[in-house]
Formats: sequence, structure tokens, C-alpha cells
Amino acid sequence: MAAKPGKLNEVVLQGNEACTKGALYAGCRFFAGYPITPSTEIIEMMSGEMQKAGGAFIQMEDEIGSACAIIGARWGGNKAMTATSGPGYTLMQEAIGFAAVTETPIVIVNVQRGGPSTGQPTLSSQQDIYQARYGSHGDYEIIVLAPSSVQEMYDFTIKAFELAEQFRTPVILLADEVVGHMREKITIRDGGKEIKSEKQKYVVSPQADFFQGEFTTVEGQLHDEQGRRIGHMAQRSGEFIYNLNKKITDNVDLISDISTYCMEDADVAIVSYGSVARPSLNAVKHARGIKDDRLAPKFKIVKDLVKRGVKKTIETDYSHLKVGLVKINTVWPFPEKLLKQVTQRVDTVIVPEMNVGKYSREVERVLKDKRVISMSKCGGEIHTPIEILDKILEVTGIDEEVNLDE
Amino acid sequence: MNKLYEKYIKKESLPTLFCPGCGNGIIQIAAMEAMEKLNCKDDVACVSGIGCSSWIPCYYKLDVIHTMHGRAIAFAEGLKLSRPDKKIMVFTGDGDCMAIGGNHLLHAAQRNIDLTVVMVNNYIYGMTGGQKSPTTPVGAKTKTSPYGCIDEPMNACKLVMSLGASYVARWTTAHPIQLAKAIAEGLDHKGFSFIEVLSQCPVQAGKNVWGEKEPAKIMEKYKESTYLYKIGSDDPTGAVAEKNAEGKIPIGLFKHEQNAKEYLERVEEKLAQSGIAR
Repeated sequence: MAAKPGKLNEVVLQGNEACTKGALYAGCRFFAGYPITPSTEIIEMMSGEMQKAGGAFIQMEDEIGSACAIIGARWGGNKAMTATSGPGYTLMQEAIGFAAVTETPIVIVNVQRGGPSTGQPTLSSQQDIYQARYGSHGDYEIIVLAPSSVQEMYDFTIKAFELAEQFRTPVILLADEVVGHMREKITIRDGGKEIKSEKQKYVVSPQADFFQGEFTTVEGQLHDEQGRRIGHMAQRSGEFIYNLNKKITDNVDLISDISTYCMEDADVAIVSYGSVARPSLNAVKHARGIKDDRLAPKFKIVKDLVKRGVKKTIETDYSHLKVGLVKINTVWPFPEKLLKQVTQRVDTVIVPEMNVGKYSREVERVLKDKRVISMSKCGGEIHTPIEILDKILEVTGIDEEVNLDE
Repeated sequence: MNKLYEKYIKKESLPTLFCPGCGNGIIQIAAMEAMEKLNCKDDVACVSGIGCSSWIPCYYKLDVIHTMHGRAIAFAEGLKLSRPDKKIMVFTGDGDCMAIGGNHLLHAAQRNIDLTVVMVNNYIYGMTGGQKSPTTPVGAKTKTSPYGCIDEPMNACKLVMSLGASYVARWTTAHPIQLAKAIAEGLDHKGFSFIEVLSQCPVQAGKNVWGEKEPAKIMEKYKESTYLYKIGSDDPTGAVAEKNAEGKIPIGLFKHEQNAKEYLERVEEKLAQSGIAR
């Protein structure tokens, strides 16, 4: 990312606030939304900040209207975003399909909560991982980013606007309650970044913003490059669908982004995304003996248990485990090639996620020659590093226990 | 092709998909005449939903978004807020606007946001083949009311007048000159302008709604079954936009509040009061 130089500031922000700051930095000048837990801080902050930045803000009557309004605003020439969660995200699906087929660059933030339906308004989940990819009807490809920290809430929001313009597509920032509500010290920039809205060659729809004398027709039916309907013509419609999808699938390498940690000599890889990448990273650090103060409270719990008279409290030694982390930042399109590359050495892959085990199916599909173990956790609580390490011990069949107090 | 057509219609998009005898063509021309009257073509963009009437702007040499079913007004609000200096015209139908899109209509009218909404009321879901809509008369037999329509029809003009809409008019396809004038007034008016056009769908609703299949005869009926309402005149029913004692439908201008503050004006006012520089 070639960011326009702006003064760097260290600030403590909540994830949802960082997302708002990132959007404003990326030049977002329109926000429409509807309050819903746990994303509400974004609309709250936008209601105060957007107009100060010279943009427009509106609280719409529902999430359907919010998603539609940002598409309308983008054709008016303003970069636009909305933010929601759970049920609101479900209501936006038709508009996401509309943005995909009309190739409208918009950013939609989904701060995931537990579902289905009203589900768990205040607790976290990663249950929308497939909805983010397949939520709207019909065949389309989409870009989805999964931030795992407050810094990434800021950085990935900026990246979402860049990718949206580059590929003329809706981009989903798939956050969750954990990263949305946590506070961390992050670095943000003053000023703003100019993300150009250039004419893209792989686009099959009209692209000119309104009021430039180009008579742009934005058509939700399958259409030609002039925006005229072709939905009644089988062959041309087929070509349209393939081209629309190829825009993303041909550029997976350009879009894909993953981070690795201790993968050089790893036998076991933890593949995770979003907030679950945090305990996954801590698990790796713990096994590798890398000091991390944030692990201290976990040992305190063990000690407390001893004090409270629990007789056999044991602490397991994980130091023989050669564990590495693969953190997937762009969850969709699935980074097949990159994942294969970085996991060449390992024979076992653990996929912890806060749902019934969905993304692991995708990992399994791609890493056919490896043992892929899904580590599902539902209920709203994130995995602990120890849980992840215990799972690795369990599946690798090495179980060396050391007694704490004997 | 006449000069107005040359200027406003994309030749390469013709022919239109309207059935013979449809009222959409009359409305399409009326809106062109309205824009021509104001000489504002370069400042207009159109937004429409789904349904026959929502195809009206798709043939214009203008920037157009042909959106999702019911959502035209929501898209239009975003576009308007993005370009407050421009005029946004919405084409929608009775089902699109009042059934699936009812919520957006309510809130846009209440906001008095500067949009010009042309709601084509043909009393039926035409594109899907003739099912009952929110305006289908009681007793009318349609594909989804085989024993006669049960629900009382909704009155869109009365609805938006009860909210914040500041320009409200109703005309029919039998009144093309008045309709063009009303659309021009709506485009010129700063605030939520709502123009209902009673139109004909001879193919899907003809006999069942009007007892007539001939488009010309349906239009004749519109002339016979309507009366001209004048603001300030005694309204025998006591409720503007409702049928009068003879069962005639009022047409004309129902409301034109020039001093009502428009949404964006109120936004700017509040920001200025709070000392936010723009």
C-alpha cells in the first residue's frame, strides 16, 4: 500500500472506532446505516465525523435501505460504506448482489455476532463466513477481508476501499464482536489517502460516475457494456456471468494476503482468520517458548485453581510441538495457491473457528494430502491458546503431562 | 423521430418492452417534456425499481439506475445526498412503491428529501402477469384474487400527504399535458414531490379492473371517473385525495408547500448551529 504520507499518531481505539477512522482516511464520504449490536459504534461515530469531513451521513429506515443508499451514493461519486451485524447483514444480501452485478465499488462491514436469527446480539462468532461469500442469490465472486486486531480494523478498512475500486466490486470487512469491541494501541495517519477510481479493463458494465455526460445506465439485469439488458439472451448472459466471475478468480494472486508465523520449521499449522487468529498466535508463541505477557493471566488461573483446593492441576508441556500459524487476511476469494505454498512442510492442519466448522471444509478441499482437523467452537467465546494446543496434542497423539505440584 | 425523442431517447435501446396500449409511453414523454420545459436535462438522473413502470427511464439519454424491487427511493436518497446540487427523479409502480418499497416511501416522504417520485398506478402487478397489488380495487378478480380482491386499496397520495411530502399531485394518462406540468413542478420544487399517475394495463388488468380491454376506452373512463380537485375548494369527503360523494377520484394538485424545509436544508442548518464548518 503506497500510503500518502501523513503524520503517524499512536492512539488507543476500539475496533469499531478504528474502522470508522480507516474509512474516513480512505476517503469514504458517505455513510448510511441502521443501529445494530455489535456494530453500532461505527454508525454512532460516523454520525458525528462524516459531515465534519465534508461527507454525508444518513440513518436509514433499515439495513436494506442502507445498502441501497450507499450504492446510489457511489454512483454520485462518493466512496461509500455501511456497517451492520447478523440480521442486518442478511437484509443487505440482495443489494450486495446488485452491487456485484452492476460492479459498484462499495464497502460493507459485518461485525459478526452469533446466529441464527436474533441469535446472540452481544457475543461473537464467525458464523457468517459462508454468507459473506455466498449470501446473495446467483453466481458472483466477492472479496472478503477478516481483521484480527484493532490495527487491522483500521488497515483492512483502507484496503477494502482500495480493492473495491480496483476490482469494481463490493468488498466485505468481516469483523466480529471481539475485534469490534476490543481496545488496543494502534497507529493511524493524519489526513487522507487518495484512492483513485480509475477505469478498469476487466469490468463488463458501464463505469462512469453520474453527471459526466456519459449517460451511464446501471442495470441490475445482466447487461452489455452500455448497460442494456441481455438477460433474455442465453449465450451473452453466460458470457457475462463468466466474465464477472473471472474478474476476481483471474486475480486471486493479486488480491490474496496471508500472514505466517513460525511456519519455516513447522510440522503442524494452525490456519485461522479474524479474531481467532489471536489465540492461535498465542498458542504458537507458547509452544515455541516465545515470551508474551498476555499469556500470564492463563497461568494465574492455574495457580488459582491450586489455591482453591483443586488437587490435581496439571500444566502440559507443549514445547516439543513445532507449531506455526497461517493467518488468512483475505478469506475470499480463497487463497488456494498461497495456502498450498506456505503449508508445504506440514502434515497436520488445525482450523479453529467460532462456528460449526465451515472454513475448514475449504481448507480440506485445497489441502487434500494433509490431515485437516476442524476445531469448532460455538457459543460466543473465543478459543483459548491452551485449548488450541491441547487439540494439537490430541490429534498428533503426543501427550506428555507434567504435574504442577507433585 | 421527433426532436424531443432525438434529444432524450437512446435509439439503440429501442424498441421499448412495453405492451401495445400501455400507459408508460405517455408518462415517458410527459417526463421528457417536463425536463425540456425546465431545460434541466444535464442536471437530472433517474432511479427506478422493478416492474413495468421502472423501465420508463431506461431508454433516456440520462444517468439511470435501474435498481431492485421496491428500493428505488433508497438508492435515490443516497444519490441525492451524494449530489445535492442535482435533481433526482424516481420512477416506480404501485406494487414497487407501496408494497415491497413501502417503508422507504414512508421515510423519504417524512424527511421531505428533495426527490421527484413518479408513481405509475396501473392497479396490478403487470410484469409478473396480473396479480393483485396494493391498489387493486375490492372485488377485482386477478390471478391471485380469483374470488375477488379482499383488501381495501391503498391511497398513496393521502399516505404521503399525511407525512412530510410537500408536493403531491395525481393525474392520469388521459391528462398528459397536466401530467407534464406536474412533473416539471415536482422537479422544480425543493422537497419530496410525489406524482401519482393513474395508468392503464390493458393486457393484464383491463377487464378485471376497468371492465374494458381497449386502452382508449380505459382512458375515456379515467376522464369520466375523475374530477378536478382545487386546493382550497370544499372537499365533500373531508379528506383530500379520497373519492367524492359521487365516487369520483380527485385529480390535480393536492399539496404544494413551498416553505416546508427540505431534508438537506435542515441538515445544513443543524450543522451550522453546531458550528461544523462545511
